[in-house]
Amino acid sequence: MSDEDLKLKLVKGFSRNVPHNRALGMKIVDMTPDTAVFELPWDEKLVGNPDTGTLHGGAITALLDGCSGAAVFAALTDLVPIATLDLRIDYLRPATPHQPVIARATCYKVTKNVAFTRAVAYHDDPDDPIAHSVGTFMVSTKAGNIKS
Amino acid sequence: MTAAPNLIERLAAARAAGDYQAFIDTVPYARFLNLTAGLDGDELVTTMRYGDHLIGNPALPALHGGTLGALLESAAIFELLWRAETIVLPKTITLTVDYLRSGGPVDTHARGIVTRHGRRVTNVRMEAWQGERGAPVATAHAIFLVIRG
Repeated sequence: MSDEDLKLKLVKGFSRNVPHNRALGMKIVDMTPDTAVFELPWDEKLVGNPDTGTLHGGAITALLDGCSGAAVFAALTDLVPIATLDLRIDYLRPATPHQPVIARATCYKVTKNVAFTRAVAYHDDPDDPIAHSVGTFMVSTKAGNIKS
Repeated sequence: MTAAPNLIERLAAARAAGDYQAFIDTVPYARFLNLTAGLDGDELVTTMRYGDHLIGNPALPALHGGTLGALLESAAIFELLWRAETIVLPKTITLTVDYLRSGGPVDTHARGIVTRHGRRVTNVRMEAWQGERGAPVATAHAIFLVIRG
């Protein structure tokens, strides 16, 4: 297994074991050197409007935040700690009840201190997104090593 | 057969009873995040009670950024609903969160302040804090689509 494959495997394992990712029921679908794909299955406990069964925006926020962070890890040469600086999410349309939501995040730029991400959340077609996000992450924060 | 009361009817009943929590408890995702809300003087404060399932980084430990984003968005929506700024559930158009400090494994509080009441669109800024109010863990601003009564 190459170093790159080993790193991606570590990132997958790490993302899978984040307690809140587990609580949401998030699945890691794919991980490439700059892109992460997560799936959030529909769950009654994540509903924001009980009249319609639509997922709460917060669940989409958590999905995009987690997926964007994983894309940053995938893009970094070393598995150093990161911290979200900011995340902007545009909600383009409501999620359809009872359907899983997919998030695809790409880390399109890494500098010495900062990594930049963009992501979409969708059901079947990334060109028909539910939400779109951009984020910035501080690279190599002192506190907490993900390998520990 | 009588239809079950819808969200806005449940909200009106909760407001009449002065028990906002009764309304919040009908939102499954709010229960998942352990959200409570209550008036502190005139101010509606939303609290996310700590639970291990909210952790994003077990090494620190620190709250998952998504939980803080969700708390801030909820605090804004609860504010709009409580102040009767809308007769429908506000639809979030855009939300921007600034993460200022890592959120520790304790209760987190948040409030929303309406900065512009439009006819169709309302702007809200939000802040979330843990121990000290003056040192927020995250701030945010959001724009919601509303229908004013």
